[in-house]
Order: sequence, then C-alpha cells, then structure tokens
Amino acid sequence: MNDEPLVVLDGVNKHFGALHVLQDIDLTIHRGEVVVVIGPSGSGKSTLCRTINRLETIDSGNITIDGSPLPQEGRALARHRSDVGMVFQSFNLFSHKTVLENVVLGQTLVRGTPRAEAEKKAVALLERVGVGHQAGKHPAQLSGGQQQRVAIARALAMDPKVMLFDEPTSALDPEMINEVLEVMRQLAEEGMTMVVVTHEMGFARSAANRVVFMADGRIVEENTPEAFFTAPRSDRAKDFLSKILHH
Amino acid sequence: MDFLNTLTDNTELFRKGFLGTLALTGSSALIALVLGTLMAAFRVSPVPVLRWIGTTWVTILRNTPLTLLFFASVFAVPKLGLNQLTYFVLAMATLGFYTSAFVCEVVRSGINTVPIGQAEAARSLGLTFSQTLRTVILPQAGRTVIGPIGSVLIALTKNSAIAGGFNVVELFSTQKTLTENANPLFAVFFWIALGYLLITLVLSGIFRGLENRLAVAR
Repeated sequence: MNDEPLVVLDGVNKHFGALHVLQDIDLTIHRGEVVVVIGPSGSGKSTLCRTINRLETIDSGNITIDGSPLPQEGRALARHRSDVGMVFQSFNLFSHKTVLENVVLGQTLVRGTPRAEAEKKAVALLERVGVGHQAGKHPAQLSGGQQQRVAIARALAMDPKVMLFDEPTSALDPEMINEVLEVMRQLAEEGMTMVVVTHEMGFARSAANRVVFMADGRIVEENTPEAFFTAPRSDRAKDFLSKILHH
Repeated sequence: MDFLNTLTDNTELFRKGFLGTLALTGSSALIALVLGTLMAAFRVSPVPVLRWIGTTWVTILRNTPLTLLFFASVFAVPKLGLNQLTYFVLAMATLGFYTSAFVCEVVRSGINTVPIGQAEAARSLGLTFSQTLRTVILPQAGRTVIGPIGSVLIALTKNSAIAGGFNVVELFSTQKTLTENANPLFAVFFWIALGYLLITLVLSGIFRGLENRLAVAR
C-alpha cells in the first residue's frame, strides 16, 4: 500500500425518496488498501459500495477513480466499470452460460481479448480460486461458495484496479463462508485494492488496513481494525460492536 | 362425393391459397419478430427518445383494429406516393407491424423476468447496454418468451385471413371463387379451415420443441 489515492468520494449525497441514504460521504481509498465497511443494516454501506461503479447514481458530490471522474452514462461509463471489479451478495453469475463462459465473456466482449487467450486466463483464474474442475458446468450446478469464487474470478479476469465486495458471504451457508474469505484474504495479500462491505468481523480484523463504520447514512468512525475493535470511540460503534461480538 | 371433389377439382387454387398464406404469415412473422424485439429493446433502453418511440409504436398498433389498419395501408398509403407497392407487400407490412406490437410486449415481459442482478453483473464487467441486452438478458428472456410468442404467431396466421379481403391471394380468399363455382359451402370452409389448422399445428409443434430444448439447457 502507498499513499496514492485511487478511489475518492467527495461530499457524496444520495436520497431514496425521503430517505437520505448517503450524507456528505468523504472517503479516500489508496492504491493497495483494503477497506472494510461495516455497520447496521440500512446504514447505507451497500449503497456506498454500489455508487463506486455507479450501479447507484448520486445526487451530489464527486467520485473519481484513478484521478478521472466517474462518467454519467454510455460507453465512457462502461469503460470505467470494466476497471472496477464487483462481487455481489447473490453472486449473479450468468445462469445461461457455463462457468468458463462467465469468466471469458467480459474479456472477449469488453477487452477484445482473443478467445483462446481469454480461455487460458479464465482457466488459470478458476484454478486459482479452486474451482478449475467445474469449468464446464452451469452456475446452478455449483454450491454457493463455489459460485461466489467463480464470481471473484470473473471480476479478476478484467484486471480491475479496485475490487468491490458487496456482502459477499451474506448469502452463504456457514461452512462455505471461509472458502470465499480465504480467496479474498489471498487477494488482499497480493496487494489488490479492495472495498469490502461485510459482517465478517474476523475478516475485518485480519485482512483490513482500515475499518469504516457507517450508521444512518454517515461515516461515523474510521480507524485501523485493531484500534476500532478494541477501543471504538463513538457510542454508536460501541453499541454495534457489543451486539455483534457478544452473542 | 361433392365434398371431396371440392378439394380434388380445385387443387391448384387451394395450393396457391395455401402458399399465399404461408408466404404472408412467414414474411410478416419475420418482420414482427425483428421489429418487436427491437421495440422491446427501445422500451427498456436508458434513452428517453427511444423509450417514447417504443411506447408510441405499441400503443397505436396494439389498440387499433387490424381491419382498420388494413384499410389505412391499402387505401391511404398509395395516396402518400407509395403506389408501386403490391397488395401483398402492404398486407405483409400491416400484419408485421401490427403483430410486432404484441411481440414487443411479450419480449418486454420476458426481459422483466430476468433478475436485475444479471444486468448489474454485466454492466459491472463493462458491457454496454446493447451488449448486456444481447448476450445476457435476451437469451435468458427467450426461454420464458417462447411459449407466448408461439401464441402470437398462431394468432398472426389466422389474422392473415383478413388480407384476403384486400386483394391478396391467400387461403381464405379462395372461398370467393369456390363458392361462385357452386361448391358446397360446408366443404369450402372445411378444407380452408384444415389448411389453417395444418399451419397452426406445425407452429405449435415447433414451439413446443423449442421450449423443451431450451428448458434442458438451463
């Protein structure tokens, strides 16, 4: 990690009708940094994550990635999105395509990579996340944990500058959570810039460089994981941690 | 014996009528499928002008009686200077445009059955709107759409009979000649109905087959 800012949110506001879901969000994510966003449900953390590749539009403020502002729409936005990997809570693998095709598609369509080369890379990525032998299957034939690892491989195939994880383990059976977290941990160690919205406090402690705590659409507190978990400053964070750590 | 003779004495007429209906249905079905899918894409597109075009197209064509559309195209279109168009071409366009409105709505409802996450995943990879639609959304929508599209095309086959009233040689129009030549009325309508049944049964067979094949691929 260095001090070069990669993703910068500056004064970002968003409303869902009357609900002010993001309030004056300022957040800078540096190259190689792993930022874990936690907070109670409805705090706006998923929305925050989704604004970074403009799956959610914003009402005011600025978002820049690698120095250039996020375009509003069209091809420029598509190009921008191809540099931002996204992993969803519900995997969202293309259900009509094989696992291999899922990882090949973006490379050939967006990057214009020749098919043979794209397949080779896809196979290597699938091996890396431990699902190489499933390449010919359709997503529905895989377990949730396997599907999510394929989804990570699909995002990595685009060589993204930053990876966004929107509650990647929340839809998984407990025994499959670790296989996904392990892949993410490995990615973090390799220096990938990551924004992770999660309820996995163990992951936050072990893999994050910084924890961002959100409540009611605001960033209430941010700190190193060690400092945040042992000595939270705000009452809101203390309250939240007491509920999730002692059950 | 009169009953069978109606068919055997007029095979050439029936053949021409049957082929006419086949050509008219086939060509207008092609127009309807292409145009209907395009209009559905317009209706879900992020560009307001395209959405407006799609909505207007469907509203006008779906809510006007087909016979009225035939009147408009056969009598009004030539007055607009397009008088070199044959009745067949006019009928083909009318049926194709009319049916495209129904195809559009079927395809659009099919698009709505595809989970939003599929489009979000595609956009996140950097696919453009049309790439997302073509490679991710429409192939998945296609599965749910096959059945209803079959119904629309069967309706189209039967609707094509209206063209017979507007100087197009097709199956239904043969009844004029046949009844004038003193064939028994029941026989005339029986053989014509059988002709339509033949086409519609083949159509439903094809679509049932498609449905089964795509269901396995899931």
